[in-house]
Amino acid sequence: MPVRLAMLALFRHPARTLLALLGIAVSAALLLDMVMLASGMRENFKGFLMLRGYQLRVAPKGTLPFDSDATIDSATALVNAISKLQGVSAVSPVLGAQLQTTVAGDSSVTAFTLGLVPDVQGDYEMMRGRDIVDSNSVVANERWLGATGHEIGDTVTLAIGYDPQLRTAVGERRFVVQGVARFHYIAATQATLGMLLPTMQGMGGAARRDRVSLVMVKAGDGVDAERVRERIAAVSPRISAISLEGATEAVEQRLGYFKQLALVLGSISLAVGVLLVTTLITIGVNERAGEIAVLRAIGVSKGSIVAQVVMEGIVLTSVGAISGIGIGLVTAQWLERILSDFPGLPATFHFFVFQPRDAGIALAMLGAAGMLAGIYPAWRAASLPIAGTLRREAVA
Amino acid sequence: MSAIVEVRDLARGYSMGSGAVQALRGVSFDVQDGEWVAIVGPSGCGKSTLLNLLGAVDTPDAGSLTIAGERIDRLSDTAATAFRLRRIGFVFQRFYLMPALSAAENIELPMAEAKVARVARRARVQELLGYVGLAARAEHRPSQLSGGEPQPGALSRALANRPALLLADEPTGELDAATGLEMIELFRRLNRDGTTIIVVTHDAQMAAAAGRRIQMRDGVIVSGDVP
Repeated sequence: MPVRLAMLALFRHPARTLLALLGIAVSAALLLDMVMLASGMRENFKGFLMLRGYQLRVAPKGTLPFDSDATIDSATALVNAISKLQGVSAVSPVLGAQLQTTVAGDSSVTAFTLGLVPDVQGDYEMMRGRDIVDSNSVVANERWLGATGHEIGDTVTLAIGYDPQLRTAVGERRFVVQGVARFHYIAATQATLGMLLPTMQGMGGAARRDRVSLVMVKAGDGVDAERVRERIAAVSPRISAISLEGATEAVEQRLGYFKQLALVLGSISLAVGVLLVTTLITIGVNERAGEIAVLRAIGVSKGSIVAQVVMEGIVLTSVGAISGIGIGLVTAQWLERILSDFPGLPATFHFFVFQPRDAGIALAMLGAAGMLAGIYPAWRAASLPIAGTLRREAVA
Repeated sequence: MSAIVEVRDLARGYSMGSGAVQALRGVSFDVQDGEWVAIVGPSGCGKSTLLNLLGAVDTPDAGSLTIAGERIDRLSDTAATAFRLRRIGFVFQRFYLMPALSAAENIELPMAEAKVARVARRARVQELLGYVGLAARAEHRPSQLSGGEPQPGALSRALANRPALLLADEPTGELDAATGLEMIELFRRLNRDGTTIIVVTHDAQMAAAAGRRIQMRDGVIVSGDVP
C-alpha cells in the first residue's frame, strides 16, 4: 500500500511531477557524464596504451614517451639487451622527428614522422593501401594527405629541415606513399608519416644515428609485466621503464583537473537533485497534512507513512535517473566532440566511455540521494500531531 | 452489560497564544458494551477533545481512560497506533477518504495496514459496501461519489478491522437533511447489530436517536451518566 499511495501522490499533480522528473533527469545526466569522465579517462587510457598489447614503454631517463625531443643512444644494443630479457616477447623501437614536405609554391607541410619496424610496430593500423615495404616507402595519415594533396602511389620529397632564409629544404629524400594509416598515439589533427626506423635514423645524420625516442615492450602471456619492467630498468641507467599503471598514473596527474571538475560538477548535480526532490516532496507532504493525520488516526503507523514518503523520493529519482541516462549519453557524445579538439589528443582517445558500471554507480548514487531526499519530508509527515492537524483541517 | 469505556477525571488543556485553555476538566463517565452514546454541547465545550482522547490520537494531562480493558492514556505512540488500528473506528465530519483511492481501496487501507490477507480484505470490503449500500460504487473515487455517499464509505473504512468502539465526530455535519437521516438510520442499524458507538454531534436528530446523551459545557459534563 505505501508504494501505491506514493505513486498516487506523485500522479496527483502530473505537471509538477513531470517538471521535477525532467529536473532530476538533467541532474542524473550530468552525474552520469561526470562519472563517465572521472573513470572513463583512466579506463580509456589503459585500453588506449594496450591497443597493440605493449604493456611497457622505455623512454629516456626522467621523461614520458615523446614528452620531449630527448632520445636514447646505442639503441641497437639496448633493443638487443631488452629482447634477451626473461619474459619479453616483443620489442618495438620507435624514433620520432619532424620532417618537411614541400607542397605547391614555396610552402611546406611539417609531418611528425615515426621511424619504426613494421613487423613489430604498435603505433598504427593500415586503413588502405600497403604497409611500408622498403626504405623508400612511407605510410601517411589522412591529415597529411589532405595537407599535401598527395595520394597513394605518389612520389614525395621529404626533408629533415627547411632553411627559411634560403627557402630550400635540407637533407631531402624521395619516398613513395604506399598506404594510409591511422596512428593511435598521435593527435588526429597532426599530419603524420611512418617509415622504416633505419631510414629515419639515416636521415638525421649523426644526431639520430642509432637513436630511438621510445621502445615499446610486450611481456609474454602470463608474465608479470611489473617484473619485466624492473628487469628493463636494470639494463641501463639512461632509461625509464614505464608500466601501464605508471603511465596511467602519470597521465592522470596531468589530467587531474578533469577529475576534480567531474567530482565538483557531479557533487553539485547530486545536491541539486536531492534539494529538488526534498522540496517537491515537502510541498506534497504539507499539502497532504490532513490526509496524513487521518491515516495516522485510523491506525496507519509512522513507519508506513515514512515508507510512503521515502518511496515517493525513490520513485521520483529512479524514474528521473533512468530517463537521465539517455540524456547523459547524448550529452557525453556532444561533450566528447568538444573535448576531442583538445590540442595533442590522439584520435583514438576518448574522454567519455560508457560502462554499465558507471550507469550503475550513477543510478545507485541517485537512488541513495532519493532516499536521503525523502527522509526530511518523511520525518515531518510522521511527526505531525494528529489531533492538532485534524483540528486545523477542520477549522480550515 | 459491562463497561467498554471507563473515563475517570479526564483533563486536557492547550496553550493558545499567550494564554491556556482548559478543554476538559475532570470528565468521568462509562459506556457499556453495545451502547450508543451521543456527546452534545456547544462549540468549544470539549467534545472533540474528548473524542480525540477516546480515540487515542491525543493524551490527557490527567485522569484515566480505559477502553476494552486497556489503559490507553499511558500508551506509547506505537502502541496507541496499533490500538487505533485494531480497536477503534473513526468517522470524521469531512469523511477524509483518500482522494486518490477508490471506495474499495479506502476501506481496504486499514486492513492492509493490519496485515489482513488480500482475499479476506476483498471479502470484507464487499460485505461492508453491501452493508452501507455502496456495492455498486466500489471502484469510484471519493470525488466521483454523490453527496451522501462518501460518509457511508468512511463508515465502512472505520468498521473494516471490526473495532470494539466506533467514534464519530459530527457524522451528519456535512450532509443534507435527507442523507443525514439515512446516516442516522445506518448508525441505528449498526448499533442494533452490536456496535458500540460514541458520537459527537450538534444534530438533534442524531442525538435523539442515540440511546444516551452526555451534555457537556466548558469542559465538564453537565448532564448524563456520571459514575
